[in-house]
Amino acid sequence: MITLALFVVLAATAIVAGALVFRVDSMARATFLLLLSFLAVAGLVLMTGLQYLGVVIVLMMVIEMVVMAVFMIMYMMNPAGLMTMTMFHNTRGAVAIAATVFVALAAGALVVDWPVRGGVPAPDLTMALGESLMSGQMLTMMTLGVTLFATIVGSVVLATGRGRYDRLGDDLGAAESDDRDRGGVGR
Amino acid sequence: MNVALPLGWAVLLPVLLLAVAWAAVAADVVVAGRAAGRPVPWTTAAALPGREALRLLVGQRRRAVAGDELLRGVGGAVLPIAALLAAAVLPLGLRPVADLGVGIVWFNAMEVFAWAAVWLVGWGANSTMSLIGGYRFVAQGLGWELPHMFALITAAIGAQSLRVSDVVAAQQGLWFVVIMPVAFVAFLLSVAAMAFWGPFGAPVGRDLAGGAAAELGGVDRLVVLTGRWLLLVAAAAMAVPLFLGGGHGPWLPAWAWVLVKTLAVLAALVGLRHRIPTIRMERWTEFSLVVLTPATIAQALVVTLVVLGEGGV
Amino acid sequence: MNLQAYLVVAAALVSVGLFGALTQQSIVMLMMGLELLLNGVILGAAAFWYFLAPAGTEGQVLIVIVVTAMAIEMAAGFAVTTAIYRAKRIDMTDDAAELRG
Repeated sequence: MITLALFVVLAATAIVAGALVFRVDSMARATFLLLLSFLAVAGLVLMTGLQYLGVVIVLMMVIEMVVMAVFMIMYMMNPAGLMTMTMFHNTRGAVAIAATVFVALAAGALVVDWPVRGGVPAPDLTMALGESLMSGQMLTMMTLGVTLFATIVGSVVLATGRGRYDRLGDDLGAAESDDRDRGGVGR
Repeated sequence: MNVALPLGWAVLLPVLLLAVAWAAVAADVVVAGRAAGRPVPWTTAAALPGREALRLLVGQRRRAVAGDELLRGVGGAVLPIAALLAAAVLPLGLRPVADLGVGIVWFNAMEVFAWAAVWLVGWGANSTMSLIGGYRFVAQGLGWELPHMFALITAAIGAQSLRVSDVVAAQQGLWFVVIMPVAFVAFLLSVAAMAFWGPFGAPVGRDLAGGAAAELGGVDRLVVLTGRWLLLVAAAAMAVPLFLGGGHGPWLPAWAWVLVKTLAVLAALVGLRHRIPTIRMERWTEFSLVVLTPATIAQALVVTLVVLGEGGV
Repeated sequence: MNLQAYLVVAAALVSVGLFGALTQQSIVMLMMGLELLLNGVILGAAAFWYFLAPAGTEGQVLIVIVVTAMAIEMAAGFAVTTAIYRAKRIDMTDDAAELRG
């Protein structure tokens, strides 16, 4: 009974907060409503017994949404929503597509004859995940690692306005780097 | 194995944290007075947190025009709540209030709520100084969060468990600070940084007229400042089970050792605070990413090799 | 609680996210839609793991992959946004149409 109530509350929070993201005018509110939706989903994940992944989702999404808020404010002409303005395009088509997708997915979820539950969860799910990632799923883990590393390099290259030639001169031979803000290591 | 304390301790935990925070504030006042050349008597300092709290309780709240009161309120409330939730996995003696299997990750996840809290408080006031303070915290956070996570992971590697009580049990013979000093130092730095306190006080700095807390008055200010001290105490207390042997020690009972060690960590932080200037964001960011993060990764590697060498896993 | 309930909630999150990604003019809001969509995928993966194959770890690994994908999407998305904005002062999807066929 408590489980059911908890599920309903978390599910409703996840969906309503998620929908409100595109209704509110303030970018700060939109970002933190999205965070609320993530936290509710983390709660639902915790309800399935996945302690580690549930808490990691909380950890990651809090940081991610705060960083997101910074960019939201940076790249919106109306960040605080003090002027009312609509920032939508093709609303009607999108509603049709989203509704179709929902009906198709929900119908699939309800109509498909799902197989019966096979087996029971491992006693220590965190350990099971770790062992899996370090043995059978090692290739997945390594692919993720390399992709993340490539993302770091690619994002920095794309986002930075000044490279090492700007800092150290054309032959990279400047005795002191030409920086607006000097860092703490003294390069 | 789960060794959580009875549920009643959950009620006692905030009281304990507040009491330690009270002591830390009083000690900070004394040290600050001495550093400024105007010594404050012990008795005055001991009463000061209570007097200040009462003053703020009856004080006028402040509201900015077109501020986002909802977000500011949420941000302020999240700070103390996050500190208390993070402290739930703290062993008071050898047993915590909530002995989660992923206790270390839980502590980390709760304490990052400070990111959201400080930014929201800064944003909600609709004031430039506040907002800059909030941004400063995020900039600092990007610097300390990685070394902090690696420090936590290093302790978990040493104990081969994410459960805090297992980490304590693994230090029965040797305190982790001996085999992971770099991680310990990085952790202490991040303790001060996550509470935006001492050398990491730029988000609420005087150059910003109070920064993220500039527009806070009355009970709003009380909640945020209390939350900040609770966060500092909870995080400093976490250094005890992670690196300083938890409740292990001769003669005294486990709870007394935890209290003594926690107070010692706080005393070190408070004592050092007035000897170190506030660090600027761009300096701290480069130092933490170029020096501290690689150092903590190397530390984790060394501890991993030690654990493997001893036949672990 | 059963699989169907979880999947319907996940489907709702996916379609709300899809709606956001399709309608928003601002690039950053578009990315919030994508995040919400992936949020639904996480929930679906957890549900499939718990109700169909709890003995294995594939469901957990799938969640790890999705969470990583979210991080990559954020980082790469904001890097591209920053690059476009730096070059052309564009922050709206409608203005960034060079690649339109």
